[in-house]
Order: sequence, then structure tokens, then C-alpha cells
Amino acid sequence: MLELQELCVTRRNRPVLTDVSLGIRPGEFIGLIGPNGAGKSTLMEAAHGLIPATGRSSLAMMAAPARARHAAYLPQAKEIAWPVSVRDLVSLGRLPWPGGGGTAADRDAIDHAIARMGLGEFAHRTAQRLSGGEQARVLIARALAQDTPLLLADEPIAGLDPAQQLATMRLFSALAQEGRGVIASIHDLGLAARFCTRLVLLSQGRIIADGPPDHILRDDLMSRAFGITLRRVQTPDGLAILPV
Amino acid sequence: MTPLFRLLIALVLALFLTSVLIGPAAVGTLASLKALILGGDGPLPIVMRQIRLPRAMLGLAVGAGLGLTGAAMQGYLRNPLAEPGLIGVSGMAALGAVIAIQTGAALAFALALPVAALTGAAVGIGLLVLLAGPRGGSVTLILAGVAISAMAGAGTALVLNLSPNPYAANEIIFWLMGSLADRSLVHVALALPPLILGAALIATTARGLDALTLGEAAAQALGIDGTALRWRLIAGVALIVGPATAVAGAIGFVGLVVPHLLRPWVGARPSRLLPASALGGAALLLVADIAVRVIVPERDLKLGVLTAIVGAPLFLHLIWKTRSGGRI
Repeated sequence: MLELQELCVTRRNRPVLTDVSLGIRPGEFIGLIGPNGAGKSTLMEAAHGLIPATGRSSLAMMAAPARARHAAYLPQAKEIAWPVSVRDLVSLGRLPWPGGGGTAADRDAIDHAIARMGLGEFAHRTAQRLSGGEQARVLIARALAQDTPLLLADEPIAGLDPAQQLATMRLFSALAQEGRGVIASIHDLGLAARFCTRLVLLSQGRIIADGPPDHILRDDLMSRAFGITLRRVQTPDGLAILPV
Repeated sequence: MTPLFRLLIALVLALFLTSVLIGPAAVGTLASLKALILGGDGPLPIVMRQIRLPRAMLGLAVGAGLGLTGAAMQGYLRNPLAEPGLIGVSGMAALGAVIAIQTGAALAFALALPVAALTGAAVGIGLLVLLAGPRGGSVTLILAGVAISAMAGAGTALVLNLSPNPYAANEIIFWLMGSLADRSLVHVALALPPLILGAALIATTARGLDALTLGEAAAQALGIDGTALRWRLIAGVALIVGPATAVAGAIGFVGLVVPHLLRPWVGARPSRLLPASALGGAALLLVADIAVRVIVPERDLKLGVLTAIVGAPLFLHLIWKTRSGGRI
């Protein structure tokens, strides 16, 4: 679905991403973890071809409309510039498709995305006037309406309340189980361990570990990347992870 | 077509007709229309076809252009305070016109003024391309526009400063106030082709402007080529604002206020705001141009003065509302 080979990004002659090679298969939910400034956002932007990079990204090499039909991208900044309705905003996800939002298939995809995010009652309200959590759901619905095999989400659960964080992680996990690929940068290691099928640990622009969550959330790696250790507590609902 | 668009089209048509029928020569409506359509002998067909018709056509075209470019600039910069003059092209067009008046070229050759204004606009675009560069973002564009506007303003002030006599200075000042009086079909022929080309270019930006609602990165990830969008937008705005300033002078506030007034009625989506603002701009400028002839017909009230008198309080209201909404 996405193959990155030796992807490098430099800013003002300083390397911010170095030799990143990564592949994702259908059904995988990859959590990108690592400290602030490790290169998680840069990795997603370079993978999508939004910023210049050397190396190879199978996605960035595609032509613009095909790329937008292959991978949806949820940026970290949750921007909604105009007081448009929720439905209008979600319909922007159909722009890359022929018809650009007006066909019956477009309307189906928009209805489906709105229903899946539980936004039915908000559909005709102004997106800007909703709460932060509701706006985040509207923006995810926009990405779902895009109906792509791959979703790249930059800190999708930052700033959400615990219920919304759980709901979002469950949704991404469900999307992966449906056969899509999901890559999301996540700071909550506990949620990442519970829901992601695979974690990729970045530090100073390099991938320092890549594998199943219990292989990555090791003390040596955590101390190397974050300077922390983890307490693991087995609970009836699964493994709880406490950074100390 | 939504009721709003039908209403706006009907309004523009009615105002166009009213504009054609209003003038110092007191002639009946039927006689005027007959002279306009069928022609005939005597002065009336000449008045209708060569004085009033071009004036109404320019009111419609320039107003539509200003409304359209205002909506496009606001959509592109995602800022309700943006306006078509922001890229500096109208300032440069005004400088070109002012130089034509100052040098006497405007008196020697009737088309010297609009041609000089178009040349000024072209120089403005050249500067903008140089300053904003091929890769700069929207902030670079605004800064370049501000710099070019400042240079054009300084140049205009210099020309006024050095003007040989108070009459020349007076003429420059009156021209700068903007007007559609005494324009001919030649002015229409000069302005209309670039205006139509500019409008066609801006129409191609509609999808990109919609996508920009989500921010530049998200728009790019939706398949919008940001660089191409920017150049189409700049070229479109310049092709409209340059000729509009060349034939009508500096007319402010239309491009700022009209998109703002119509935004709530079209659900704020930029692609729907573009045609609505074009119609709204045409309606507003036609109303203003009718008003300058009706309110004080003996004093030659300038069109740009009237749009500023109406537009500035609306602008204040907009700032007030934006401020209380927490966006400034």
C-alpha cells in the first residue's frame, strides 16, 4: 500500500528525517511514536509528497488525483477556515473523485462517513460552532468520505477527551480490520499499545525500532528515545502502561 | 439554480436597465429603449448607445470583477479582510494612469490613460512574480503585495508632488476617486477581454479554494496543486483588477464587502461564493453608479467616494463582528 525507501528530508541544511524505510500492508494500524521533534509529522508529509524529500515514496510518486484517491491525510492542525456546514465540509473529501462531490456515489460516501462518525444530527450545523471534539470527528469524517485504502493521521487524538480518544482509536482499528492501512502518530503509549498492530519508534529523524507493540515498548528503547521507563500493569482490560 | 442566484441575476438585469435609462437628458423610458435597440436619427441613439450603454456595461463588468476577485482573494488567503487591491496591481494601474495624466499623454491621445494603467498593472504583476517567487506561500504574496502597493502609492504621491500646476493635480485626484462617467465603447472593448479571461481563470480555482478551507497541507493532500492554484489566482485577479482600474479608477470596498455580505447566504463555501459575489459586485456597483447620478446630479459625485462612504462603515461592522467572534 505504501513503500518508503531511504526517505530523507533536510531543512535549512539540517537533516530532519534520515533513511526512513517502511512498508504498510492492508490490515495494519501503525502507530508512529517518538518524542516531539523526532520527525513523525515530517515522515507523513514526505510520504504523501507534501514536502520535498529524497529517497522513494511509492505514494509521493503517484499523480496528484490518484494519490488523493489512495491516501487520505489528516493534518495535525485542525483547520476549518469558513463557517461551512458539516455536510459541506465532509463533502470536500470527494474532491479527488470524478464528479468532485456531486454524483450519487459521492452522496453515498458522504452519508456513510457522516453516519459512521455519528454526525447525523449535526449535518446541517456550522462546523466552526461545534466543540473541538466534534470538529475533530467532522474532519475524520471528511477523510472517511475520501474512501481511500490508506489513512495518514497526524496526532489524531491530541486534544480529545478520553472517550473521544478511545472512540477514535477503535475506529482506526476497525478501519484496519476492514483491510485498510492506517498510520497515525500517537503520544499515548498505552492507547498505541492497545490498538496498534505495529509500532514504529522514531528518534532524531531515524527509525530506531519497528515491530509489534510489546517488542517496541521495552525499557532500553523507551529510555533511549524518551528518557523514560515504563511500568506495565496487567489489568482485566489488557496491559496498562504507565510512563515513569 | 438556487433562489438566491435567480434573485441576484434578476437584480443585476433590473439595475443594468435602470442604469441605461438614467441620465441628465430627460427622455421617456420607451423612447430611450427604442433609441437604444432600434437606433435612428438624432442625438438620442448616440446618447443611449455611446454614453449610457458603455457606462452600464462597465458598471456591470467592473463590479462583477471586483466582487469575484474579492471572493477569490478571501478564499485563497482564508481571511475575510482580504481584497483584490491586496496584490498591489490596482495601485500600479493607478500609478500608470496618473503618469499618463501628468505627462499630458492622456489629453493627446484618448486611450493613453487606460493603456498606461494597463502597463502599470503589467509592471505590478512582474514585480509580484519577482518578489513572491515561484515557491512562496500566501504570506509572501501578501507582503509582496503590500510592498508593491506602498511603492505605487509613493510613486503616485511623487507625481502629485511634482505636478506642474494645480489643475493637473486636481485632475489626478479626481481620477483617483474612480468614476464610470464619460466612458466609451472603446473602454468596454479594452477592458472586457482581459476581464473575461481573468474570470475564466478564477473559475478554475473554485475547487482548490474549497479544499483550502481545510488548510494548505490538507488541500495539497486532496490533490490540489498549490503552486498552480496560486498562479492561476494571481493571474486571474491581475487580469481583472488591472483593466478595471484602468477604465474606472480606484474603486474600493466592493471586493471587500460583497463577499462578506453574501457569505452567509451561500453557506460560506468558496466555490459558491465566487459566482454570487460576481453578481453581488455587479449589483452594488450599478446601484452606486445610479446613486451618484441621482443623489447630486449637478455635483459629479465620484463613484469611488460613494463606495467608500457605504463600504467603510460595513467594513467597521465586519471588524467589530470578527473581533467579538474572537478571530482578531
